[in-house]
Amino acid sequence: MTGELTNVVVEVMPRFEGYVYPNEATLQPLWSILIVLYPYITGLVAGAFIMASLVRVFNVRALEPVYRMSLLTAFSFLLCAPLPLLFHLGHPERCFEVMMTPHLTSPMAIFGFVYAWYLMAVLLLELWFDYRHDFVIWANTTPGFQGMLYRLFTVGVTDVSEPAVKLDHKIGHILSIIGIPSAFLLHGYVGFIFGSVKANPWWGNVLMPIIFIMSAMVSGIALCVFNYMVLSWIRRKTVDMKCIDVMGMFLFYALVVDAAIEALDWIHRIYSAEEGFHIMQYMAREKLFYTLSLGQVAFGTLVPLLLLGSLQLFRKQFPELMRRRMYFVSAFLVLIGVLAMRWNVVIGGQLFSKSLRGVMGYKMEFAGLEGWFMGAVLLALPFIILTVMIKLFLSEKLPSSAVPDPDAGQAA
Amino acid sequence: MSNQLSRRSVLGKVGAALAAVMSVPAAKAAKAVVQKVFVTAGAPKGYDPFQHKWRMAIDANRCIGCGLCAEACKTENLVPAGPYFRTWIERYVISRPKPGSGEARGEVFVDCPNGGMHGFPELPVPKEDVLHSFFVPKLCNLCEHSPCVQVCPVGATFDAPDGAVLIDPHYCIGCGFCIQACPYGCRFFNHATRTAEKCSLCYHRITRGLKPACAEVCPTQARIFGDLKNPVPDDPLQQFYQNNRVQSLKPHLGTDPRVLYAGIDKEVM
Repeated sequence: MTGELTNVVVEVMPRFEGYVYPNEATLQPLWSILIVLYPYITGLVAGAFIMASLVRVFNVRALEPVYRMSLLTAFSFLLCAPLPLLFHLGHPERCFEVMMTPHLTSPMAIFGFVYAWYLMAVLLLELWFDYRHDFVIWANTTPGFQGMLYRLFTVGVTDVSEPAVKLDHKIGHILSIIGIPSAFLLHGYVGFIFGSVKANPWWGNVLMPIIFIMSAMVSGIALCVFNYMVLSWIRRKTVDMKCIDVMGMFLFYALVVDAAIEALDWIHRIYSAEEGFHIMQYMAREKLFYTLSLGQVAFGTLVPLLLLGSLQLFRKQFPELMRRRMYFVSAFLVLIGVLAMRWNVVIGGQLFSKSLRGVMGYKMEFAGLEGWFMGAVLLALPFIILTVMIKLFLSEKLPSSAVPDPDAGQAA
Repeated sequence: MSNQLSRRSVLGKVGAALAAVMSVPAAKAAKAVVQKVFVTAGAPKGYDPFQHKWRMAIDANRCIGCGLCAEACKTENLVPAGPYFRTWIERYVISRPKPGSGEARGEVFVDCPNGGMHGFPELPVPKEDVLHSFFVPKLCNLCEHSPCVQVCPVGATFDAPDGAVLIDPHYCIGCGFCIQACPYGCRFFNHATRTAEKCSLCYHRITRGLKPACAEVCPTQARIFGDLKNPVPDDPLQQFYQNNRVQSLKPHLGTDPRVLYAGIDKEVM
């Protein structure tokens, strides 16, 4: 019986097929779930920031209800972005060497600087200038520890005269403008980490940074849709249909561009059929069937495209409740689809041998640093931080309205 | 008067002298750091990497697949047990095409059981169906344009002036980027030291005038090792270059490997 069972297990899970280099015959890929989450979380940051910029820079007024939530989402996720990378290091205690003695030809060496720039110079400052007026008001009206926190956040700058508030908004606007290329840099750079690996035909691809930027925008907008709807549901408030329709529209167009670029990438790979193409074909058909063909392409891209596309064409035919549900389902599917895309890039790129003669197997463990549990914790952490942020900075009990308009700010 | 001392010129001279005096300890410290790095890599104190140019070449025609080299490397360099190898041997078996298939060659079988350390099992095809069969020893290709060196975020892996590509284990952060970037699968993650590891050409041996362990034990001299800057009489390395048409692995990637092979086939990756 035991023998039969062992045979079954071996049959179900063949570890290697074909020839793999001996150093590749390890239990799990070198970069596993943590490195899947790293570009996923970073992408959500960049996307959520672009979403906020639509209001600030491109003046899409319909999106004002989600402006601050998008910024806070970007901030919460950005705080967690380096964690998977840090935990994955063999020597996390040496991580500062990346910034102290960076090796400038390495795509990874610049991450510390790009991250610090984005966190300190863009996001933190933009949030502060956006909230400063409110902090002053809340510091005076909120008692206890929370009030003390708001007083601390004002950093002693309590001038809320008209010119001061106007200056806040002017600087906020400039920071938003700087933020857009910075967000592109942050995530395009993450794409370059993979795109620059010429040893791996699955990764080494000039389109990789562009694909990462577009998928980041898609996932970030989807996350904002998801968060906004969940927050409205928790607060028992009606969803602003105008806002959600516009978010759905942007999500649709971003998804169209993203799908087009990824399709272009595959068309090019299929047509040029360069070295290693046979193994990539095998990967797409066999090893990554569920995550690539089903997760990323069918459920992560085509179904949301159909849902969102039909909402663009026949919006008036759908009742509001139906529309809300369709947006929610699309956003959720896109989020899963982009996670699947990160999985396919990171794990897929390590499931075939660089000898291009064989493939490896991988079964993710539950416990341990690279297991399901750790992955779930790291993915839940930004949501927990976001919940605290929303309690502190988007509370309905606070006196000021969360509108970035200077006149509205004064009225508050 | 031209030789009159101005305050400016005196200050300038004093400043220059001071800068020179202060830069001496800085230069000494820099030299000590560089020396320390090489000592960390296994070189003896006082070893001058600029006086040598180490090279290995592989004559695959001579390799009999005994696996002594892979075993010696594991022992010499305390390479962890399991699928971790600084050097290994691959066996290529190209079968005859099926009669009437219209093909020039048949199927290709490649294997490397346990790095080839304990030899190889029976051929996967009957002897009479074998068109070509040969062994290929593999090691760090010591690339001229090493992608592993290029991608290291802290510069822990570096191109030594004497031709070795080394890792400073006290500096490596263990990100694994170099392992991903090596097209030849020559690097692995050592779970004991939690750093990347690879063939160092047995740096602790070659810097003391010995051969790398693999070359030392090779019974057929399939691994040819030498110093291009200090050739010995009838230098085997020079003879190898003179007597063979050579090729490198994956030349299209532009890594420009310095380990050159003779007697391999297009199937070798």
